[in-house]
Amino acid sequence: MQDAFAAAVERWPIEGTPTNPRSWLISTGRFKAIDRLRKTRREVDADVEVIAELPEEPYDLVDDRLRLIFTCCHPALNPDAQVAMTLREICGLTTEEVAAAFLTNPPTLAQRIVRAKAKIRDARIPYEVPEQRDLPERLASVLHVVYLVFNQGYFRRADLALEAIRLGRLLAELLPEPEAIGLLALMLLHDARRQSRTTTTGELIPLEEQDRSLWNREQIQEGVSLVERAFGLRQIGPFQLQAAIAAVHAEAATPADTDWTEIVGLYDVLMRADPSPVIELNRAAAVAMRDGPEHGLTLIDEILARKELTEYHLAHAARADLFRRLGTKPEAIAAYQQALALAVEEPERRLLQRRLRELGVQATT
Amino acid sequence: MRYLCLIYEDEKWWDKATQSDLQQGMAEYNGFTESIKKAGNYIGGEALQPTKSATSVRVRNGKLSTTDGPYVETKEQLGGYYLIKAKDLNEAVQVASRIPGAKHGTVEVRPVMEFDQP
Repeated sequence: MQDAFAAAVERWPIEGTPTNPRSWLISTGRFKAIDRLRKTRREVDADVEVIAELPEEPYDLVDDRLRLIFTCCHPALNPDAQVAMTLREICGLTTEEVAAAFLTNPPTLAQRIVRAKAKIRDARIPYEVPEQRDLPERLASVLHVVYLVFNQGYFRRADLALEAIRLGRLLAELLPEPEAIGLLALMLLHDARRQSRTTTTGELIPLEEQDRSLWNREQIQEGVSLVERAFGLRQIGPFQLQAAIAAVHAEAATPADTDWTEIVGLYDVLMRADPSPVIELNRAAAVAMRDGPEHGLTLIDEILARKELTEYHLAHAARADLFRRLGTKPEAIAAYQQALALAVEEPERRLLQRRLRELGVQATT
Repeated sequence: MRYLCLIYEDEKWWDKATQSDLQQGMAEYNGFTESIKKAGNYIGGEALQPTKSATSVRVRNGKLSTTDGPYVETKEQLGGYYLIKAKDLNEAVQVASRIPGAKHGTVEVRPVMEFDQP
């Protein structure tokens, strides 16, 4: 097996159209066809729980695809290359498309992929699904890549988000581990709000201002039942917890109906499972909703006082939002300006500029 | 396939270690070495004396220069190595993860360049 794979990697088409497509690349195409067939069947039989569907293609084909995912997302490969290879080899995007999504030029990206493939060959990264004892760590690495693809789709390309969901669905089907199911749920729940997240002109609409009638109820329902299913497996992890938080938001009929106590509780568990300053920031925002803005501000200022997230625009934006709700205008303006100085994504910048205009300031940058 | 596992650790740890720390450290390494000999992964391995005993040698334009110490100052220093046999990187990583030094230092796993036999 190893030798066959090493040979395949050597002949792996490096750029452009393969002149002599390898069998497993052909099988990638076959999966697409199978997926299309499945989709059609799903439309007909929509109330069948997708996750319960067992893969129907021959075992070796399923196995082949899983092996390919685990190889592309091997933690010994450069993280950028993992994402790029996944998009190219599994989702079937061209190098140009991947490069455009990551704001890099095709030659740089192609170079990255070439290096990764050389490492697969030279360090002998096996073409296999990891053994049980390595599975948690290796699956985490795969799920991380899928989530990166999803997030990349958030601003730039909705189709990347859909690719990530497709991939997440496949993983949850083939390897129904709690965190795989949790990630699929998280992506479905976030994606369910896609229609309401931006105006027709591309302006961002914050959660509390979104038209909830535009939320995709069916998708939310699927996400919620996936969270329940994952929790039932009793191996709680960060993706499941984030999905549960998204589910609480998604199930609130109005912003005022949001169960902030539940959300803060979930963040408390998340902080224990996967502590990070960003989670702490989100928890602070939830505490502000439950106990009042001043409580949230105290928590955010504690994070910043530790010199963490000081360069993270959303930390300043969150502070600014809380000052705005407290009605302390000068502090709100200062914090929005700090956030604006750090924000990169155009839609986020325009939202911050809108906030500043609402506070009577004409944005200078 | 052969892999060289380079063990980088803060060598000051060994300076500060008590007698029982040293004994425990040695016992862990001996146990690990035995286990990979039994499993058939072991080819060779040595512990190195601290970097204060190191000498760097360079020849530039035919002129020999000998200087004290390692090439670069780092937080973790090369303290020893194992040369192992493994079927692929996954197995090599498994072996490397059990090297006692991996718990506080870093183990760099490098595939050995295999040259065609003449």
